[in-house]
Amino acid sequence: MSDTVKDQVLAFVRGRYPQVEITESQDIFQLGFVNSLFAMELVMFVEKTFGVTIPNNELRIDNFRSADSMAELVDRLSSAAVAQG
Amino acid sequence: MASPMLVPPDVEEVRDRATARAFVDTYVAPGANDFEQKGRLPEALLERMSAAGLWAPFLPADIGGAGVDMVTLGEIHEEVGRGCSSVRSLLTVHTMVSWALQRWGTPVQLERWAGALAAGETLGAFCLSEPDAGSDAAGIRTAAVEAEGGGWVLNGRKKWITNGQRADLYLVFARTANSIGAFLVPRSTPGVQVRPISEILGTRASMLAELTFNDVVLDEHALLGPSGFTAGMVLTGTLDLGRYSVATGSVGIIQACLDACAAYASERKVGGVLLRDLPLIQAKVSDMVTDVRAARMLCAEAGRLKDAGEASTIMATWVAKYFASTAAARHASEAVQIHGANGFGSEYPVARLYRDAKVMEIIEGSNEIQRITIAGEAYREMKQ
Repeated sequence: MSDTVKDQVLAFVRGRYPQVEITESQDIFQLGFVNSLFAMELVMFVEKTFGVTIPNNELRIDNFRSADSMAELVDRLSSAAVAQG
Repeated sequence: MASPMLVPPDVEEVRDRATARAFVDTYVAPGANDFEQKGRLPEALLERMSAAGLWAPFLPADIGGAGVDMVTLGEIHEEVGRGCSSVRSLLTVHTMVSWALQRWGTPVQLERWAGALAAGETLGAFCLSEPDAGSDAAGIRTAAVEAEGGGWVLNGRKKWITNGQRADLYLVFARTANSIGAFLVPRSTPGVQVRPISEILGTRASMLAELTFNDVVLDEHALLGPSGFTAGMVLTGTLDLGRYSVATGSVGIIQACLDACAAYASERKVGGVLLRDLPLIQAKVSDMVTDVRAARMLCAEAGRLKDAGEASTIMATWVAKYFASTAAARHASEAVQIHGANGFGSEYPVARLYRDAKVMEIIEGSNEIQRITIAGEAYREMKQ
């Protein structure tokens, strides 16, 4: 699942910023274009695409730093949802 | 918190455009010029809005709302904006506070506030602008410092706060040690001072106020939403919904201009000819017809994207608000022009519409900021 998540996250970022070269582990905050608008879009994208709700305590910068970290976040939230379900 | 209201027995619930239109035509539009002259909205109207479930019908049913979708909410706000922008302004800020609470609130915060906000027993106000900072949110000076033993101490001033005079709960944006935080501040908290702002250009009944916070002590449940880098999302998300409401309200203004002009042009004669038969008047009216449809469609698109949870709703809302607000200002000016000298008086609604429309180009992000953001969207999608 994580590879799919990573691919979709990278596709989203590249779709918004086609000129940016980005890898799975690259820190997107160091690319210089992340603002509150893009952060909001990123959170909405993750919640919509992967069917998860990100609680306040998971809305930390480290969880959104790269495609890798977002994939880990999605895996964690999905597992928690399954466990609760 | 306001005292328990007496529910008027004759008010139908507002849940869609049709019921909103009936409510507005009965209770809002007929009194709009009077509200403006008095500089405030009557308590009886606010209570009727509560009885109609008009304040926050989008909230989920389990916290007191009716689960109305965003497209429908936009249509309701358009209808209210058609009747009176001051009323719509109160709805906008209450919607922003209620939405932020629903989106980011903890169980304790929801227990404290959600039911009262849904019922309109507690009215909310959004507090971002300051004497020296408006669209430039990064420039705010109001500060919240963590208190020893938990909680916060709030100091600063907010200005141009819609419904600041009457609201019971303020959502105050303040600097924290590492970010900007959103704080739920009951009006009754010691150290909160409210100074009414009068003699404003438009939305004169929106009960604007300047708020001062002097060593306001808040408990540990006052901070709404995450802290750190994503704290800005509370502001971004809340402003997005406010912008949506202003956009739909602007559509309402254009529709009100069109209604007023069609009626006036059909009864007023110049040299024995009805205004409606003059080509220059027809040109103005046809532009209103076209723009109100276009603006309505942009708002509906933004609403559909919100309902779908699509990230692109944020930019769609920017575009809708920019288009609708500029069109409202343009057509309100033309509406006064069509009415001639009669357009200057209080016998017709167009002078009020003209004043109200101007504000739409400023609030929830000035048009200049909007255009920077919209242009940025164009650039970022360009391949190098």
